[in-house]
Amino acid sequence: MQYKTKGNKIFNVVNIFILTIVSLTCILPFINLLAISFSDSAAVSAGAVGFVPVDFTLSAYEYALKGGKFLRALLISFERVFLGVGINLILMILTAYPLSKTRKQVTGRSVYMVYFVITMLVSGGMIPTYLVVTGLGLKDTIWALVLPGAVPVYNMIILMNFMRGIPEEIEEAAAIDGASPFQILVKVLLPVLKPALATVGLFCIVTHWNDWFSGMIYMNNPNNYPLQTYLQTLLQSFEQLLRSSQGAQDIQALLVQMDARTGRAAQLFLGAIPVMIIYPFLQKYFTKGLVLGSVKG
Amino acid sequence: MKKLKRQWQYHLMLLPGVILIFIFAYIPLYGVIIAFEDYNPALGFSSPWVGLKNFEYIFSQPAFLRTIWNTFFIAVAKLIGGIVVPVIFALLLNELVSNRLKRIFQTLIYIPNFLSWVIMAGVLIDILSNTGVINQFLGIFGVGPVNFLGNASIFPWTMIVTDIWKGFGFGTVVYLAALTSIDPGLYESAILDGATRWQQIRYITLPLLMPTIILMLVLALGNVLNAGFDQIYNLYSPIVYQTGDIIDTYVYRLGIEQAQYSVGAAIGLFKSAVSAVLVLTSYILADKCAGYKIF
Repeated sequence: MQYKTKGNKIFNVVNIFILTIVSLTCILPFINLLAISFSDSAAVSAGAVGFVPVDFTLSAYEYALKGGKFLRALLISFERVFLGVGINLILMILTAYPLSKTRKQVTGRSVYMVYFVITMLVSGGMIPTYLVVTGLGLKDTIWALVLPGAVPVYNMIILMNFMRGIPEEIEEAAAIDGASPFQILVKVLLPVLKPALATVGLFCIVTHWNDWFSGMIYMNNPNNYPLQTYLQTLLQSFEQLLRSSQGAQDIQALLVQMDARTGRAAQLFLGAIPVMIIYPFLQKYFTKGLVLGSVKG
Repeated sequence: MKKLKRQWQYHLMLLPGVILIFIFAYIPLYGVIIAFEDYNPALGFSSPWVGLKNFEYIFSQPAFLRTIWNTFFIAVAKLIGGIVVPVIFALLLNELVSNRLKRIFQTLIYIPNFLSWVIMAGVLIDILSNTGVINQFLGIFGVGPVNFLGNASIFPWTMIVTDIWKGFGFGTVVYLAALTSIDPGLYESAILDGATRWQQIRYITLPLLMPTIILMLVLALGNVLNAGFDQIYNLYSPIVYQTGDIIDTYVYRLGIEQAQYSVGAAIGLFKSAVSAVLVLTSYILADKCAGYKIF
């Protein structure tokens, strides 16, 4: 497909140039953030920090971890991810398996399917959901964060499609040996499904980790905030600080603001780390999930 | 008989999911009834019936009518940009000879997609501030500091551009997958006929990419009233309500912050009804235009 003409060579160079610039815009803001978090606050407010830390210091991280608010929120987030993704996986496996069967094998399969799919199309909206969760007395408990989204229907359908791709002979052999559906699911299917479970599991991890909104509306006590909600309140207070200190000559306020900027950068960066760590896996499994998710049935 | 004996286990497996979906999806669905009531926490979903009073109230509010237009404008612009930009990038990436470069670029443009809007907002507030990197860069060309987040006429565009920026990596991967499935033989014979690179894109690549583009467009139509709550809530401020307040942020402030549950639910119901019509229309269109059946 390649020609060695001059025009093509120029095109290739320009193409790589454009792609490089755009790709860099996707990563440079985060490098900037990282550099700010490791820099001295005086250099940051002087606007001297680009993509390399100036006057390297860890004080922003000390500031961030001081007082324990950050660590407490981090622990709640971890608890939420473990509990939430565990519940997600169990429920997805349990629902996807019968739904991957035909109407003949499971009476009422289509009714179940419609029952689940409808919830993807219409929802009660923010207020009625809020009232139900509040009415059940789940406010200020971890259950408010994990139960409302306990059955991720879209991911469940992806998993269902994975299950349909497994040759039926495997199950039949086990059924002839007298295994029950539960035994077949646990002993025969689960080992084969590991890559599929990794795919949907990773999506659930990202969803739980990134969600800040349920923490904000369901937790009255800031001590119960998961990390993203805590970061969100930090962001709001920082903005207020910025607005209130504009034009102010108060040195003290200015110093607080300077420290806040590096400290905030450090906390934002820490909040992004878990996603960055699983990112290579996400990327690997994402295309798979995409392809399988489109094979609807 | 043996069949029935085996079947009960399947239904038992479905039971926990059915119950949880019933509690957290179907009861709230029934709960939209409070849009026609004067909600009283002591009475719950069976509060006094007031008919269409809440709807009359919201449609008499200029602030609400404003949010409809803002939502529509921001969402449509995001929808168009969210298709054009990834298609262009998929085409550019597809022209790369080196597979390694292709993979590196894909990895980089895909990162913002997985970070939460809280983190992204933190980064954006920093780089878009008056002393931030972007304004420093613009300063080189003598363009004065632009108030990206505090100027009501610029704010919607900031939302549109940053949303496309965050999400275009996803679309690019989708279109790239469609591009790699095009038969290379088509290009070979085109080259034999003396077709230039541009002609190959114009007459082979784009027409073959069209079904995927139409499909993505049609599927996005159902989202026209979702202008991006997470993004806007984390970046807006009262100064930009005029152009930046959308239906979802309005429902949140009214319904949850001010506890006007019935009014909030009425707006939510209005939005769901319009969305449901759009979703149905788009699914019918997807079937007719692209031959794609969702169910």
